[in-house]
Amino acid sequence: MRIKLKSNIAVSDNGFVFDPATGDSYSVNPIGVDIIRWMKTYDTEAEVINQIIETYDIDSKTVEKDLYDFLNLLQNYQLAENA
Amino acid sequence: MVMEKLRYERPVITTLNAGVTNKFGTKSLHAPVSTIDGVSVKEIIAKYGSPVFIISERKIRQTYREAYRAFATRYPKVQFAWSYKTNYINAVCNVFHQEGAWAEVVSIFEYQKALKNGVEGKNILFNGPEKTDDDLKTAIQHGSVIHIDHLDELYQIIELSDTLKVRPRVAIRVNMDTGIYPMWDRFGFNYESGQAWDAINKIMLTDKMDLVGLHCHIGTFMLSANAYAIAANKLADLALGIIQKHKKTLEYLDLGGGFASKNTLKGSFLPGTDVIPSFDDYAEAICSTLLNAGFTRENLPLLILETGRALIDEAGYLAASVIANKRLSDGRRAIVMDAGVNILFTSFWYDHRISPVEQAGSQTENTVIYGPLCMNIDILRESVTLPLLKKGDHVVIHTVGAYNMTQWMQFIAMRPNVILIDEKGQTHIIRNRETVEDLNKMEEMPEHLKSFKLS
Ligand SMILES: Cc1ncc(COP(=O)(O)O)c(C=O)c1O
Repeated sequence: MRIKLKSNIAVSDNGFVFDPATGDSYSVNPIGVDIIRWMKTYDTEAEVINQIIETYDIDSKTVEKDLYDFLNLLQNYQLAENA
Repeated sequence: MVMEKLRYERPVITTLNAGVTNKFGTKSLHAPVSTIDGVSVKEIIAKYGSPVFIISERKIRQTYREAYRAFATRYPKVQFAWSYKTNYINAVCNVFHQEGAWAEVVSIFEYQKALKNGVEGKNILFNGPEKTDDDLKTAIQHGSVIHIDHLDELYQIIELSDTLKVRPRVAIRVNMDTGIYPMWDRFGFNYESGQAWDAINKIMLTDKMDLVGLHCHIGTFMLSANAYAIAANKLADLALGIIQKHKKTLEYLDLGGGFASKNTLKGSFLPGTDVIPSFDDYAEAICSTLLNAGFTRENLPLLILETGRALIDEAGYLAASVIANKRLSDGRRAIVMDAGVNILFTSFWYDHRISPVEQAGSQTENTVIYGPLCMNIDILRESVTLPLLKKGDHVVIHTVGAYNMTQWMQFIAMRPNVILIDEKGQTHIIRNRETVEDLNKMEEMPEHLKSFKLS
């Protein structure tokens, strides 16, 4: 993975994300919850993309674009950092 | 066993502690609008292209009747005159004419359009600061009323009247303080300073033309109904003065346009639908003032209204498509659409409501909406909460019927098709999309520029 989630970030099943370092909270949609979980489990983006395609009805091009965007957002909110 | 895959939605994360809640971010506003008057927007786009302006004939008629009823139930003599510049696509004008509206024009080409549409000269009111000798002759010979804007025009008509067989019918445009800022004092003759009286006296004493009415147009998107009570009062005062001093009863008082449409002005916290006066509010202000002004039954003037945007805005929609999604450097999401300020001029004034056409997920995100132009000013919405749209998705932009189909520009992109949905749900093209041939047709190439060699 090009970036990794900060270790203390908590994600609930219903998409509530809490950053204890800043006290900020976020809401993430169901697929976002899946991705955050997979980011913790898998080592590469390719594996995460694979998981998404297997679970959701979507092509890899779109997923690649959207994942890139999502990871940037996580970084933007300082929930993730460069690996 | 193959598990059925889940419906995909773009992953997104949004902050929860963003502070102020956005009044416009209510869920119902994001509900998809997949049909207009029962016709599928996707089918319209498939047939007529994207972007495409869509006009609802049913909505025009419904709005017109609502406005007419508001006035006609309060005042015995009411006449609307359709303000051509607001939307002069002929089919649109004719819906208004079928409903009984006269024509109000501000230039000779609008005048010619009205004639061609079949409006008789006597039912066309000619406004505006620029009228050439030829324009005036045409209008006078057709028996239209000229609304005089300035002294130079008054003298111009006095001169022309000697050369014409027909006696010109005129009104003067009056400007006044109605407590509204800015005051539109660049058009017409001022009431408070006595200019308007001077012009009236001049017309009566030279006796070269018939003064048949008084006109004012106090501003546009007027959020105060009371301003119209003040305007009606001042026009009535002049009309009563004319009866007294010159023993002449005017045919009409024309209160102009300016009623707000159900749009949201930029920078306004509340949506337009919550703050704008209704037709009943405006009608009550104007009609009760006129009825109490001191006219007798016999000399009560016809009330003319030149309502523009409030009659057509809601009947117009723009359907468009998402070209791309972007993430800006500060983290904001941006959508690029195939419709920009080139065809949606009013996005400079309004926060137009935008709805997705397709059912999208429940997740929403604050988004900037850009048009397709290569220019920084091409922004349709600086900040709007929308579901997660992807390339190829469609949107409907609401309340765009006024001024866009007249002020649009042919820049970078061509003007698109305009279609009308009739009351039976049939669609008709009422203005064809422009093509490069249309553009080239107007140009000429000097002989010496016809050829060149490039290496
Ligand atoms: C003389 C005159 N009448 C009527 C109108 C229509 O105004 P609105 O669209 O605000 O009703 C205008 C528009 O500026 C106008 O100048």
